[in-house]
Amino acid sequence: MSSPFDIDLYPYQRHPDQDAAQPAHHPVTIVGAGPVGLALAIDLAQRNIPTLVLDDNSRVSTGSRAICFAKRTLEIADRLGVGEALVEKGVQWNLGKVFFGDRKVYEFNLQPEDGHKNPAFINLQQYYLEIALLERLRALQADGAPVDLRGENRVSTPVQHADHVALTIETPDGFYSITTDWLIACDGANSHIRNRMGLGFKGRVFEDNFLIADVTMQADFPTERWFWFDPPFNPGQSALLHKQPDGVWRIDLQLGWNIDRKAEQDPDRVRTRVAEMLGPDVPFELEWVSIYTFQCRRMDAFRHDRVLFAGDAAHQVSPFGARGANSGIQDADNLGWKLAEVIAGTAPGTLLDSYCIEREKAADENILNSTRSTDFITPKSEMSRALRDAALKLAERHAFARPFVNSGRLSLPCTYDGSTLNTFDELPDAPSQSRPGASCPDARLKDGHLLNTLGGAFYLLALNRTAPKSTGLQIVSPDITPDIQERYLGVAPSALYLIRPDQHIAARWANATSAQVIQALDLAKGLVP
Amino acid sequence: MTKLITTPNLPDADGVYADLLAAHDGLSTEESTALNARLILILANHIGDADVIRHALKEAAA
Repeated sequence: MSSPFDIDLYPYQRHPDQDAAQPAHHPVTIVGAGPVGLALAIDLAQRNIPTLVLDDNSRVSTGSRAICFAKRTLEIADRLGVGEALVEKGVQWNLGKVFFGDRKVYEFNLQPEDGHKNPAFINLQQYYLEIALLERLRALQADGAPVDLRGENRVSTPVQHADHVALTIETPDGFYSITTDWLIACDGANSHIRNRMGLGFKGRVFEDNFLIADVTMQADFPTERWFWFDPPFNPGQSALLHKQPDGVWRIDLQLGWNIDRKAEQDPDRVRTRVAEMLGPDVPFELEWVSIYTFQCRRMDAFRHDRVLFAGDAAHQVSPFGARGANSGIQDADNLGWKLAEVIAGTAPGTLLDSYCIEREKAADENILNSTRSTDFITPKSEMSRALRDAALKLAERHAFARPFVNSGRLSLPCTYDGSTLNTFDELPDAPSQSRPGASCPDARLKDGHLLNTLGGAFYLLALNRTAPKSTGLQIVSPDITPDIQERYLGVAPSALYLIRPDQHIAARWANATSAQVIQALDLAKGLVP
Repeated sequence: MTKLITTPNLPDADGVYADLLAAHDGLSTEESTALNARLILILANHIGDADVIRHALKEAAA
């Protein structure tokens, strides 16, 4: 059976740019057609911003890779037109089990909070996400959106000039040149653009290897997440079993540092390991095997004049907590509308500095959380192992010890506290989860969900009051459902919220004049120095 | 804010000290380390105040 990742989905085609006498000019050029690059391209295409996407190959990624997509990612995907397809295809689970040695120490049920359109997260092979994004890109193209994806186009040298970036691109037919106003590097952990520009990383490298295997099996395993600390089949290490669509199970086995990477990936060796884990009577087939190591680190600055970095190219985290692809898609969500405003001339170029302020803060938060998970899973000293084992042992009998057990903390969107785009909170008694900087919590309305009524542009959310006239903004005034009351009003009788195009809250008031709203809007667009 | 108590606060200090020693009787260093680790987590949860625990950590490391 051929896998989706064995197909050339966007094969190389010669483009007229390659025969142009003068280098063709493109407002935005995205390098990398992974989840982050494609999400950004779709966002820009939906805004009718001419966008060129270059990738050095022509296929979606191999194997399950990112696997867990959190609610915020699904909400963004919904705005990009693919959310419902992802949720339909993905696997949802609530029950997690934690094992220590040969004993189950506890289980937890992640009951989703009510009134959200999307689940807390889904499990889905990364290639399905990429295929869904590619199909959406094709649909936008068919509708005339100015977006172009070129496979087997490798950027060899970006050269920055005062008012543009010059690119030399290598193809199967040789080299050609283009110029671009903005270059967005979404080209992954080994970012070629970052390396070419001589830009480095700061942070920790973890001395550990993990074997990942996607296996298909007929066995009737329940749809649960199982995490083992120090199991009999992998002594002294950890293991994870996760269900994906199509009867594929994802297995992560910690191997330690001093291993023979080649020998460990030998299919017979992997089969033996997986059989020890699943038990002797469970038939399975290997679909994909890989070994990964990881770092927790980020670039000092995500913007270098006209070149911006997003996703793994800008920051890397350990896989625990699923913060890699999820945070990368939030980078794209943050950057898309800002680029569009700057290109349209409705905001100054300095608005892009707020992308750095906000997403560097998010990266720090993700690095902190994933580093803590890693330190729990892989103790670095005898005492840290003693504390880890103490927490696990106590967790079996005592609920109090379970919050110490850390096999990854679920990725939640960063609240941009302190961002230069926020207006001072004029409604501090309203719920803290909706303060300026926060991403809008979803809420059930009389019909449908709140987040489907917001996003893509600036909105005024008027609750129990009329919005001031002549701000030029689109206004949403839903009925006050229990979710709206709990998440947006609290004790406040009425409220006015200014919502950014990425569904983050820019400002909120009990009441505001048009002038106050315009001032907050200008601030959120970086128009106020 | 609750403060770490650094003045005598335990009615039977000798008895509690003896109990600590007795708990480790006959244990290897590794077993004692494990016991101490469990004790720390149990007491930390009982205290239930991150500021007090951080203050205690600071005093312990001084």
